[in-house]
Amino acid sequence: MAERIPMIALSPTMEEGKILSWKVKPGDQVKSGMVLCEVETDKATMEYESPREGTLLKLIRQEGESVKVGEPIAWIGKPGEQVPDEPSPSRTAGLADTGQKGEMVESTRPAERGALAEGAVLAERGKGTTTSEASRRIEEGRGAATAGAGETGRKAPEGSSSAEEKSTFPLASMLSSPYGGSVKSSPLARKLSSELGIDIRRIPGSGPGGRVIKRDVLRFREAAGKMELQPETAFPIASAAAASSEQPPVDREIPVSGMRTTIAKRLSESFFTAPHYFLRVAVQMDALMDARSRYNAESPQKLSLNAFFIKLAAEALRRHPQINSTWKGTSIQIHGSIDIGLAVALPDGLITPVVRNCGGKGIREIDQELTALIEKAKKGGLKPEEYTNATFTISNLGAYGIEEFTAIINPPGSAILALGEIRKEPIATEADEIVIRRILRMTLSCDHRTIDGAVGAVFLRDLKGMMEDPFRIIL
Amino acid sequence: MPVITYREALNQALDEEMARDESVFLIGEEVGEYNGAYKVSKGLLDKYGPKRVIDTPITELGFTGIGVGAAMVGLRPVVEWMTHNFALLALDQVVNNAAKMRYMSGGQFKLPIVFRGPNGPAEYLASQHSQALQTYWTHVPGLKVVAPATPYDAKGLLKSAIRDDNPVVVLEGELMYAWKGEVPEGEYLVPIGKADVKREGTDVTVVTYSKPLKVVQEAAELCAQEGIQVEIVDLRTLRPLDEETVYRSVRKTNRAVVVDESWPMVSVGSHVAWLISRNCFDVLDAQVELVASEDIPMPYNHTLELAAQPSVTKVVAAVKKVLYLGE
Repeated sequence: MAERIPMIALSPTMEEGKILSWKVKPGDQVKSGMVLCEVETDKATMEYESPREGTLLKLIRQEGESVKVGEPIAWIGKPGEQVPDEPSPSRTAGLADTGQKGEMVESTRPAERGALAEGAVLAERGKGTTTSEASRRIEEGRGAATAGAGETGRKAPEGSSSAEEKSTFPLASMLSSPYGGSVKSSPLARKLSSELGIDIRRIPGSGPGGRVIKRDVLRFREAAGKMELQPETAFPIASAAAASSEQPPVDREIPVSGMRTTIAKRLSESFFTAPHYFLRVAVQMDALMDARSRYNAESPQKLSLNAFFIKLAAEALRRHPQINSTWKGTSIQIHGSIDIGLAVALPDGLITPVVRNCGGKGIREIDQELTALIEKAKKGGLKPEEYTNATFTISNLGAYGIEEFTAIINPPGSAILALGEIRKEPIATEADEIVIRRILRMTLSCDHRTIDGAVGAVFLRDLKGMMEDPFRIIL
Repeated sequence: MPVITYREALNQALDEEMARDESVFLIGEEVGEYNGAYKVSKGLLDKYGPKRVIDTPITELGFTGIGVGAAMVGLRPVVEWMTHNFALLALDQVVNNAAKMRYMSGGQFKLPIVFRGPNGPAEYLASQHSQALQTYWTHVPGLKVVAPATPYDAKGLLKSAIRDDNPVVVLEGELMYAWKGEVPEGEYLVPIGKADVKREGTDVTVVTYSKPLKVVQEAAELCAQEGIQVEIVDLRTLRPLDEETVYRSVRKTNRAVVVDESWPMVSVGSHVAWLISRNCFDVLDAQVELVASEDIPMPYNHTLELAAQPSVTKVVAAVKKVLYLGE
């Protein structure tokens, strides 16, 4: 598939670069590493080497134009492949310069409004916000590598030369490092630490100038290993045995993995910046459970309950697009695609594989994708584009016997749905009879900046309605 | 197994190949009546006669050219240069004729010729006669260059060189002629283009060739006393270079020191160090170190002369540096 090639940071501090000259033209065969263009950065004139192979389909930006890091400059794909039209780049750039988006959008004829609106949002990129597909993808890459400091290496320590990683990793590691920009380290130490899943920035270097070398990684691992919790003893139910042993209880320090760093950072950011509120309902699940049993009885592919939840949530989101949104500071982004993430627990953290465009997919399709994604997640093999930028998230702790709980919103989404256990409960009917029903208690966490209480409530009411009576989906 | 000198090993190689193939002949200064300036050709004149062991005037360009011409018409000359310092005079014949003829004739001419003689510093010979000039030959496509460091390798490589249909430069060493080593009695060949791990180790790879091998071996012994296990890769052939053996070792040890007795700038050693840096980048735990001769004309003063060359102390220091030990 054709891919947009973004401007990348060619110097550690570069925020935008000016394309001095293109070295390739549409139709050219491009090899990985071939110089695409010369870029004037804040420091010097640099050659931008292609991160991937293919045919150059289109130049999005022209010579002489300044392009912000992350914005697309060209399309590369297969010969003859069609690429979508871009919003006029010059106009976008112009908007970026003026910084008066609202006014300009207002003063434009309606026909142009769409393109300009997108241009306006593109212009917002510089302030850390995104809307268009292009900038979203870049955000994905960046988010990916944020988590990647510890993870990408573990997945593919040596051969991981995928173009995307190459182009995004250095940029992202600089942006996301909580320990400062760069670390002196030997190539072997970097390889080793990523294989061991240790963030190299945490390792004290003993080489010249503080260079982290192999022995530092091994020492760090040894020290960490002594402190490491064994899975079986981590939360021992039979901790009485441990307590009764002669050894006095001691504190232990567990080194923080790259994944853990990312979880800590993202969730703290979410919880401490997004004003959360919580809406709770009890859902009668009998109709849905019965329907699922019927389908599963006649089909070899057993549909998971989560696939139903995702589909029903997508249908409710389609009817309430405000929920499927992102707070942008000066605007609210309503996402066109409903991309639902499902929180999956891993031995050393959690990850949310994302099923894209759930609004346009059936339960069976969602279930197939979900199964594949979860399997990949458990092997640690999810690609960044498979676990970042969910527009809505579901967390299901029913399997652990949790009655109900509240979840922290998973940015960039504005809401997360927390599902508890489905259990039989006595219910009073309209006719004042006591009946036994299968009840699911679910809690919606909303970001009040984007979703007001009533909006969230209507969404949850409709979702509950569809779960209790799935026939409503086609109403 | 008999223990013989490097000189005797070369003599055996010449003798065996001359007996095996009558197109092989030896030409050079003092190779006949005087039995060789360093006695490598001892006894060959008596055995094979003046048509096959030819004394020449002091005319390196001339007799090297005769050799090239003879090779082009089907003989297998062994041209002895009294030292590689003198071979500078023959550079044009080697670089422009020997190295090019096979290519430029579209393969119509073969160049089965060997150029051999002592290379590198000996002792008390001052600047003009104490040069390690391997870079001059190794630089040139079309030539093969071998640099045996033991009697065993010397015999096996010289025999391979004589049988090769391409021009082969053999780097010997004045101080090495008296070195002794085990050489089997039966015939054997050492293939051109194959490096040899002379000592197995786990902590650091030292790549070397020719005379510095002995220095490196002593340094490895000293290191072993401190618990550092040095792996020694003897290149043996400089062109074509056996890169894979070097990389295999560096992948194991994660560290490399290159020891080369020529000058450091644009040398075989600096090239090998670059290759390692480039092709083993991801497994290196330290920069590649190069121990070379100092970048100066060789001093006559013996203390300075020794100080200018790779030494056990310098090699040990480089090994420790890539291991981040001491300083």
